[in-house]
Amino acid sequence: MDLLEFARGPALQVAAYILVAGTIWRIVGILLLREKPDYSEPRARGGLGAALKVIYSRSFTATPFKPATLYPKMLAYVMHIGLFAVVLLFVPHIMFFEGFLGFSWPGLPNNAIYVLGVASVASAVALLVRRLTSPVLRLISNFDDYFSWFVSTLPLVTGLIIPLRIGFRYEDLLAIHILSVVLLMIWLPFGKLGHTFLVFITRGTTGMVFERRGART
Amino acid sequence: MKKRPTVGEVLQAKGVSRRGFLKYCATTASILALPPSMIPRIAAAIESARRPSVIWLSFQECTGCTESLTRSASPTVEGLIFDAISLDYHHTLQAASGDQAEAARHAAMEENHGSYLVLVDGSIPLGNPGYSTIAGISNLDMLKETVEGAAAVVAIGSCAAFGGIPGADPNPTGAVAVDELVTDKPVINVPGCPPIPMVMTAVLTQFLTFGQLPELDKHGRPLAFYGQTIHDRCYRRPFYEQGKFAETFDDEGAKAGWCLYKLGCKGPITYNACATAKWNSGTSFPIEGGHPCLGCSEPAFWDKGGFYNPLSTGKFDSGTKLAGAAAAGVAMGVVAAAAGRRRQDKFTREG
Repeated sequence: MDLLEFARGPALQVAAYILVAGTIWRIVGILLLREKPDYSEPRARGGLGAALKVIYSRSFTATPFKPATLYPKMLAYVMHIGLFAVVLLFVPHIMFFEGFLGFSWPGLPNNAIYVLGVASVASAVALLVRRLTSPVLRLISNFDDYFSWFVSTLPLVTGLIIPLRIGFRYEDLLAIHILSVVLLMIWLPFGKLGHTFLVFITRGTTGMVFERRGART
Repeated sequence: MKKRPTVGEVLQAKGVSRRGFLKYCATTASILALPPSMIPRIAAAIESARRPSVIWLSFQECTGCTESLTRSASPTVEGLIFDAISLDYHHTLQAASGDQAEAARHAAMEENHGSYLVLVDGSIPLGNPGYSTIAGISNLDMLKETVEGAAAVVAIGSCAAFGGIPGADPNPTGAVAVDELVTDKPVINVPGCPPIPMVMTAVLTQFLTFGQLPELDKHGRPLAFYGQTIHDRCYRRPFYEQGKFAETFDDEGAKAGWCLYKLGCKGPITYNACATAKWNSGTSFPIEGGHPCLGCSEPAFWDKGGFYNPLSTGKFDSGTKLAGAAAAGVAMGVVAAAAGRRRQDKFTREG
């Protein structure tokens, strides 16, 4: 079995098991927690509407914080949009998903994907530079922050290298790319990358709690 | 021993013109990535070389490699170069049979000890010597006996080079490649199912010309022919970059000649010269015929998933194990939540 066969076969398979089990573990573990008791009279019901409102409103920076956070927020948007496009709109990736989902969707031309991928990597690098150069960010950053950055940027970099054939043969670069995705899949449920599937759950929960306490959201 | 004629003399006797001969030399120099200044040297070497003795052994194979070489649409200089070698033993092509055939093999081995070439097509079964025999001799014994006095061994076709279809899972005969058994002689792999005729003859020409083996890749293949992927040299590559793919074999994309990646083309991981050397006297290659590359010159090409599955498709088991992983996730989540609730209750009591 060569490296590519290992990556496409057993490695991807084990990573899929860990990703599925880990993700469901995290979601079920959080959803089954008991709600905190109200120590004061709830100001409002704090239902689904409150959750949806905060899910939407927290997608944008509140006006008072704009001067301080506009730059990283823009970078984060570019990074995430690029990442989504590369993962979901690159035709070979769509074929990968179609392999087990059974359906496909239209993709973008490869050159558009390369541009988005480069933009995404550039944004990720800029965000890392900001984290490393800001004393406050450095103080509150831990291994999880840096490793999560590494495992989410690595597949982008290894994927962009494939068409350039830098130093390796195509099949080896493809294997390295898939193995970098395997690493991402294994780490994703356990670290801060868990926000991939928790972001709207946590944001919605925050909205419901805030509304019950009468906070403006 | 009677002095063998030179290759040049044989070609002349066959009526090959000087122009045709030099064209072949120029093409060979080009395909071997040699400078034009080497063309006269190739011509001189081929003309003056004594007919080398070649013993062709056919083991677990389908004769497709021989067919590839001998069934060309019209006689070519490549084919005549093959005629110009002294093919002293070849099941399919030789007139002799039985004891006489084996006697011819032994005679060639004795007369040319240390200088003859052994060409092998087909894999060698190790599971049981009786799976494949020739004149009652097992393939393994015949290979060992024949390569003992050989200058070099050329494994022709993917069966000889990598085990091929006989070696595909579950490999019922225990088929192995030549280079797994021959470790004390130079082995050149010329894989393909079948290999391109020009590639076979160019490898022999290089050996005749320079008396040395070509530069090989990690799979023992001549880099001159197996140095680039089909994908890199494919005329449909621009469609891949534009994201234009044929979805089925008869849709508008297929008719427009778009990329066959979605139909399972293995061009990106297949190293061969099909896209440049082409087949049937340079007429076309499979992708030009509208069929994806099967990757036949790569090791274990038969076991790399379905021919029509796109390369980017993962190789997953059934969904049962994934469902098991999901169930395990639910169980772990329930346990984690129970532990969390106990902690919550404790804090509430203490609070």
